[in-house]
Amino acid sequence: MTRKQTDLGIPVGESDLLESVQEKVRACMQCGTCSGSCANAFAMDLTPRHLWRLAQLGETEEIFNSKTFYLCSACYYCTLRCPRGLKLTETMGALKRLAADQGIKKHKQSSNFYDAFIKTVERYGRVREIEFINRYFFSLKDPFLPLGFTSLGLKLMRKGKISLQLPILVPIKDDKGKVKYFEGRFDKLFRKVEELEARS
Amino acid sequence: MKYIYYPGCSLEGTALEYDASTRAAMGALGAELTELNDWTCCGASAADAISYLLSMVLAARNLALAEGMDMDADIMIPCSACYLNLRKVEDHVQQDGTLMGKINEALEEEGLAYNGGVKVRHLLDVMVNDIDPEAIAPLVKKNLAGLGVAVYYGCQALRPYATYDDHEQPRSLEPLIKALGADVHPWEMGAKCCGAALMTTKKDVAMELTGALLKAAQGADCIVTVCPMCEMNLEAFQEPVSKARGEDLGIPVLYLPQLIGLALGLSKKELKLNLNLALADSFKQRLSI
Repeated sequence: MTRKQTDLGIPVGESDLLESVQEKVRACMQCGTCSGSCANAFAMDLTPRHLWRLAQLGETEEIFNSKTFYLCSACYYCTLRCPRGLKLTETMGALKRLAADQGIKKHKQSSNFYDAFIKTVERYGRVREIEFINRYFFSLKDPFLPLGFTSLGLKLMRKGKISLQLPILVPIKDDKGKVKYFEGRFDKLFRKVEELEARS
Repeated sequence: MKYIYYPGCSLEGTALEYDASTRAAMGALGAELTELNDWTCCGASAADAISYLLSMVLAARNLALAEGMDMDADIMIPCSACYLNLRKVEDHVQQDGTLMGKINEALEEEGLAYNGGVKVRHLLDVMVNDIDPEAIAPLVKKNLAGLGVAVYYGCQALRPYATYDDHEQPRSLEPLIKALGADVHPWEMGAKCCGAALMTTKKDVAMELTGALLKAAQGADCIVTVCPMCEMNLEAFQEPVSKARGEDLGIPVLYLPQLIGLALGLSKKELKLNLNLALADSFKQRLSI
């Protein structure tokens, strides 16, 4: 049976989805210092203060309909100014993770960026800009988006600032020592982290 | 002065000149850098947006490697995002008693273990706290007298962890800049955000922030940065930002160790000044580079 989903694709009745976020902002007294300190508040549909109130009330749908948390550039002004000492920048990070987990379509432009980055790191161990940015643009299936970055890309390439490298492939051998297949540099580590996260 | 040096991915890509100038300027100041063997990505701002534990493990892997070098030296990081990620592990294992165990269970896959035995420091911290401006003055070969420098600290080198400077009105680099003979451009923007990775995902928003910085820097002869992302946002988008605002906001942008290196008489080649994206000819002529 498929579970009923809201318009955003979040399972209906997912009441514990926001639990970790609620925990972090429980003591918020709605003073708005975070909103007043936020460099990007001018572009947000909900102010950070508003977002914390919705989190306290468990308004999942409204929170994930908002682009506010993906506009956080982690400048840490709010965290340092919060009179209640709440870790607000980290809480924005927690919302980014939840949105990525739920695969919410309207946030793909942001979540795919982080995903493409991390997949490149899984393969090489280090960032490789060409593969990363290609993965990202390809994932968005928008032929016009890369155009805004073409001149920068060419400039960087002319300066030799974009490194090309073949993937680091780790040979996986069978009992007889014969190579069965190849893995990315961090496939094993990433699997282990996933396993540990599933456990808790 | 000995440091374990973690360059991070940007410094072997878009910020090659930051890597070259960090090595050259630190060398000229008498510091010895040993590059961390087999270092890997710190997770940048991406890992934390995907998985919290992964963000901790990717950063901690490098700390474990640093401990393994058994050098009795701090780890020094020029990139603010790398610095924050590694520094965060130090902090979070102290806050959460179960975290170290989880990190180490994952790191077993790499044959590594982290014990919390290495101190993480940003290049800014090292420049401010380990380098004595009075000791620099006699080393200066090219006096930068009259050069107005807008000192840009950005976010993550300062916040949330720096204890040696004001988080909002930083001034810790001023004695060093003055020791080079240069003037400090008076502005209130040294700790404001450049927009960071939003330049790719939410370009209009980052262009606003970068535009405000470039505008406030007018009147200075250059901006100095201590982060590859700040540098990229400030120097690579001057054309579209100027176009959007209808005024020329072009200004040379240098990495801090490039400016120090210039004053210490290091060559253009050693500092890879040919790789910067916004050094106007008039600026180069003035400094004979």
